[in-house]
Amino acid sequence: MKPNTALLLEDGSFFLGHSIGKIGTTTGELCFNTGMTGYQEIYTDPSYFGQIIINTVAHVGNYGTIAEDNESKQVQIAGMVCNQFSTNYSRPQATHSLQQYFENAQLVGISGIDTRALVQHIRNKGSMNAIISSETIHKEALAEQLAKTPNMKGLELASKVSTTESYLLGDEATAKYRIAVLDLGIKRNILLNFVERGAVCKVFPAQTSFEEMKKWQPNGFFISNGPGDPAPMDYATQTVKTILDANLPLFGICLGHQILAQAVGVNTFKMHNGHRGLNHPVKNIITGRCEITSQNHGFGVVREDIERNTQVEITHLNLNDGSIEGIRIRNKKAFSVQYHPESSPGPHDSRYLFDDFMAML
Amino acid sequence: MPKNTSIRSVLIIGSGPIVIGQACEFDYSGSQAVRSLKEEGIEVILINSNPATIMTDPAMADAVYLKPLEKKYIVEILEKHDIDAVLPTMGGQTALNLAIDCEKAGIWEKYGVKIIGVDIHAVETTEDREKFRLCMKALGAHVCEGRTATSFLEGKKIAQEIGFPLVIRPSYTLGGTGGAFVNHPEDFNEALKNGLTASPIHEVLVEQSIMGWKEFELELLRDSIGNVIIICTIENFDPMGIHTGDSITVAPAMTLSDKQYQTMRNLAIKCMNGIGQFAGGCNIQFAMHPETEEIIVIEINPRVSRSSALASKATGYPIAKIAAKLALGYNLDELQNQITGSTSAYFEPTIDYVIVKVPRWNFDKFKGADVSLGLQMKAVGEAMGIGRNFQEALQKACQSLENRRNGLGADGKELNDQQKILYSLEHPSSDRVFHIKDAFRLGISFKTIKKLTQIDDWFLHQIEDLVFFEKKLQSHSIDTIPAEILSEAKKKGYADRQIAHLLRCLESQVHQKRISFGIKRVFKLVDTCAAEFEAKTPYYYSTFDTHLSQSTNFTEAQLNESNQKSNKKKVIVLGSGPNRIGQGIEFDYSCVHGVLAAKEAGYETIMINCNPETVSTDFDIADKLYFEPIFWEHIYDIIQHEKPEGVIVQLGGQTALKLAEKLDRYGIKIIGTTFKSLDLAEDRGRFSSLLKELDIPYPQFGSVKTAEEALVLAKDLGFPLLVRPSYVLGGQSMKIVLNEEELEEHVVKVLNDLPENNILLDHFLDKAIEAEADAICDGEDVYVIGIMEHIEPAGIHSGDSNAMLPPFSLSPLLIEQIEVYTRKIALALNTVGLINIQFAIKNNKVYIIEANPRASRTVPFICKAYQEPYIKAATKVMLGDKKVKDFTFEPIKKGYAIKIPVFSFNKFPNVNKELGPEMKSTGEAIYFIENLQDEYFQQLHNDRNLYLSM
Repeated sequence: MKPNTALLLEDGSFFLGHSIGKIGTTTGELCFNTGMTGYQEIYTDPSYFGQIIINTVAHVGNYGTIAEDNESKQVQIAGMVCNQFSTNYSRPQATHSLQQYFENAQLVGISGIDTRALVQHIRNKGSMNAIISSETIHKEALAEQLAKTPNMKGLELASKVSTTESYLLGDEATAKYRIAVLDLGIKRNILLNFVERGAVCKVFPAQTSFEEMKKWQPNGFFISNGPGDPAPMDYATQTVKTILDANLPLFGICLGHQILAQAVGVNTFKMHNGHRGLNHPVKNIITGRCEITSQNHGFGVVREDIERNTQVEITHLNLNDGSIEGIRIRNKKAFSVQYHPESSPGPHDSRYLFDDFMAML
Repeated sequence: MPKNTSIRSVLIIGSGPIVIGQACEFDYSGSQAVRSLKEEGIEVILINSNPATIMTDPAMADAVYLKPLEKKYIVEILEKHDIDAVLPTMGGQTALNLAIDCEKAGIWEKYGVKIIGVDIHAVETTEDREKFRLCMKALGAHVCEGRTATSFLEGKKIAQEIGFPLVIRPSYTLGGTGGAFVNHPEDFNEALKNGLTASPIHEVLVEQSIMGWKEFELELLRDSIGNVIIICTIENFDPMGIHTGDSITVAPAMTLSDKQYQTMRNLAIKCMNGIGQFAGGCNIQFAMHPETEEIIVIEINPRVSRSSALASKATGYPIAKIAAKLALGYNLDELQNQITGSTSAYFEPTIDYVIVKVPRWNFDKFKGADVSLGLQMKAVGEAMGIGRNFQEALQKACQSLENRRNGLGADGKELNDQQKILYSLEHPSSDRVFHIKDAFRLGISFKTIKKLTQIDDWFLHQIEDLVFFEKKLQSHSIDTIPAEILSEAKKKGYADRQIAHLLRCLESQVHQKRISFGIKRVFKLVDTCAAEFEAKTPYYYSTFDTHLSQSTNFTEAQLNESNQKSNKKKVIVLGSGPNRIGQGIEFDYSCVHGVLAAKEAGYETIMINCNPETVSTDFDIADKLYFEPIFWEHIYDIIQHEKPEGVIVQLGGQTALKLAEKLDRYGIKIIGTTFKSLDLAEDRGRFSSLLKELDIPYPQFGSVKTAEEALVLAKDLGFPLLVRPSYVLGGQSMKIVLNEEELEEHVVKVLNDLPENNILLDHFLDKAIEAEADAICDGEDVYVIGIMEHIEPAGIHSGDSNAMLPPFSLSPLLIEQIEVYTRKIALALNTVGLINIQFAIKNNKVYIIEANPRASRTVPFICKAYQEPYIKAATKVMLGDKKVKDFTFEPIKKGYAIKIPVFSFNKFPNVNKELGPEMKSTGEAIYFIENLQDEYFQQLHNDRNLYLSM
């Protein structure tokens, strides 16, 4: 098969491969995920909004797709790059092949790429924008279009993926706890983890104020994961500040963790190439126990700021690079983690954090 | 928790001789454990009766006991050494069973020895089927419906309750010995009887059959505070019903969704925690119903295993090494990932390639054996292929098998008989995967293939795709083939030779063509982390990911991770491939010593091998490891890339030696003895002329090509005759014949099996004494390392004979004669390196049977008995770094060492157990005696004539 699709990176790196999904052109920030399972969950995770995902696992699509593996209403990634793309799948329960699924989602992807060489390149140079096209493989034309793609740094994306109307999940009549969720791009499984533990969640649009949410009389607040740079998200940071001032229970995941840090004066930064995978080692320095975590973030909280900040206590650290994975606010009922304890996809080692939060309510 | 400082000395129990189901993977794990503990300043004492192991090298442990794995020797060691703890998890089920025996006898308690790495109750829970079932039920894990029976009647009753199909699993047996599937009530009685007999405690589990379910294995590590990680998930290509050791297996799991996998992971952690709170490794096997996705726990092994060795090689994560440290009390987060050198050992490896393990069987050695695959493991070895996709990995694994094929089909050796193919799909044996491809090629429907094999659709589609692709490829010729299609073929793992077969041209034409297209092998790293972090360990595999220059603007340096620049001279050591009878751990031992010696001599060492069970494929043995098939094309491309000074072929047995001719033809230097000499020794005619010139006697012989010629020649030579094809391994197809009838029958049979082979007829020296000598030669001086005398008379393959070091019945005159001949032949063959010569002694006359200028099976044995590193010395001689006279050897000669062959006949109940010139043993043990009055020796000597079959 002659290559019919091109991948061009911001720095001029160029690859030819084969078309997957829809015939078309797409741009986004190129980053890699090292997980070996859970592609469908990754593609529907709103935190990946605007990003082109390289799956490092050798084969993608082997077990097809199934509705219950969706983490949100639609495919959120901007594009997909892989080595081997399976058009056949074997799982009897699956309803669509990944190709059909991508076509339905109008997603553009490329296969037959030496993903390993590509990952090493971004590992060294840092994440960067890229363009995939199965419409033209003409390098100059692609470069022109790629130049128009905005840089992820300084980009506010949460409001683009957040719900526009608030909605309920769980049974309001029987639930023991009421959790107000600030949706910055939430994954379905986070909500399910609350509901499983006897809570009802009301999910609010990203720009909802504390007062608005308070009307629903929640026992606690949850600040969700989501895409983009936390720095320009003053609206959410402000909301979290008021929750802290009211001394109400608060739990944040990923972007929610970064927002909590910003609310107590800690800065965030764009990482060299982020953490995306299902095998990131984290140590809970309170208990001494370790957990294998699912991660997906391109921004982090500044460790030096936290060490100087008397309000913040570090609870979790990354064993590979020593980065901050979890914090709690002294004298407040607020804590957050950088990784994804709902872990869909990924190991379930960290789900105790949901129990911890329920215990606070 | 940091290291437990109360442990200062540790006893490690090895796994003993190689048998089917327990092979050199335990030398790999044992060696890692010894080194790992030594790094911590622990005094390590080791017991293992297997002399051909790296773990028993004097340089490894502080004290090595080459003694039988029995309680009395454990007591002997505990009397002599002040031992704090015993680590019984590195030596397979043999070591665990011995540890349990000692526990029951109160030995550990008496000597104040703590058991580390496992909890003895966990071993009991996992080995006792009933306890296991109850334990799993209590954890909420599903197991097969079934109960244990200790009597025939009880077994019958259970069968009536559960109904058929059923499975019978005896307790406490190795590799599933005595187990069986029973589909029909009429087969039940016999299967039950066999099972009860096979179990040492006469106990079997009668259980619901889950044949056809998907099968998975998880490799776990846990530390003392309860952190658990999963190192690798292995999916069986062959569904439930075939022992995992006999199944083609794949990593990572190919067909599991994240939710299914996490359910399994959670269950695995729960099960490991449920059997006991120990710090160490654990292997858990699961079955999953393909439709309902119900998961059943099959078995748990609370120790390192064949699968953990595979998982270590598949991911780069050194399980045994880390497990040993955990046993000392370390927590996972206190240790480092040794591959990256910068990240934590507490993590789960992720891989961006695929590995496929294909078992290697040796049914040709067990005539009359039931060759069907089932619950009882029958493979003698395995090969692993690493590729960037499943097809490439599968092709590479098949290219590693050395089964006279060139990969998965496309070689003109396909089966075309539809009935035979259908039978093979339903009754799996060693070549089922080949026949699945044949079935697709013949147009047998996917549905039928699926029904007969029950293999997951995804895998079947992968093989079907190869057949589609071949059709596309075949529509071209070598002149018209487009670059994209040739490149696709290489990405799918096809060897140039296979492509040549499909395009009806020469291998060299395909090679030329692809080079002209710029389609070149690139080398990628096994790094545990899918390139997320920089890795420092040079563990490589080849692939064809991106090679067409127009498809990327990345430079070759960006695509090829193996940097060939070096300030040192380089040398490649060719490994010995998958274990087979006659091609076993002894050669891996020699390769490892060769690598270490070349390192000492200042070389950059490069190891090439494809056997995941071995020490040689441990990433920190050679300076660079290429995990690649010992197959010409791969070797040649590595040589082209690395440009070594030369290649060492004389340490890896026949597998490596066979490549000497081609290396020589391509002008690549063979280190040590040249191809010309190697060839001279193999060529009976020229070799005998040489012996004649040297005035050395040899049995009369001749070479024939047909049965007709054989009958004529037999008249000259006289019966009995030894009949054998030239260039074979471990006496394959060798037979002693007594009359014309037998002669004709055997010659016809050999020509059928090995067409166009020369057949040698030797006059057989009946009732002669057999002896062999190993020596090192530098072309000028010869040092005779040792002479071993066989206890059985000539006629039994040297690998199957009990043998004594030094000789026990030969007169000084005869011994001197053997030494003189050894020197003469070594020099006449221009040997540079090792040589092994076999002798027959009859009527006080010494005859030469054969000479092999290479490392023999016996060299490691002599190294152990005399405690001298002869192979290292020989390697330095080969490299020209040293001369024989530079060495002063001081062998420790006390009493005698007996080499005891060990067989795996219990896996093949219907096989003729008589011995002959064809080797059948799978392993060996060493046994030291002080003098000839020793009872064990006396017994062997009295029985020496019992076993030879003619």
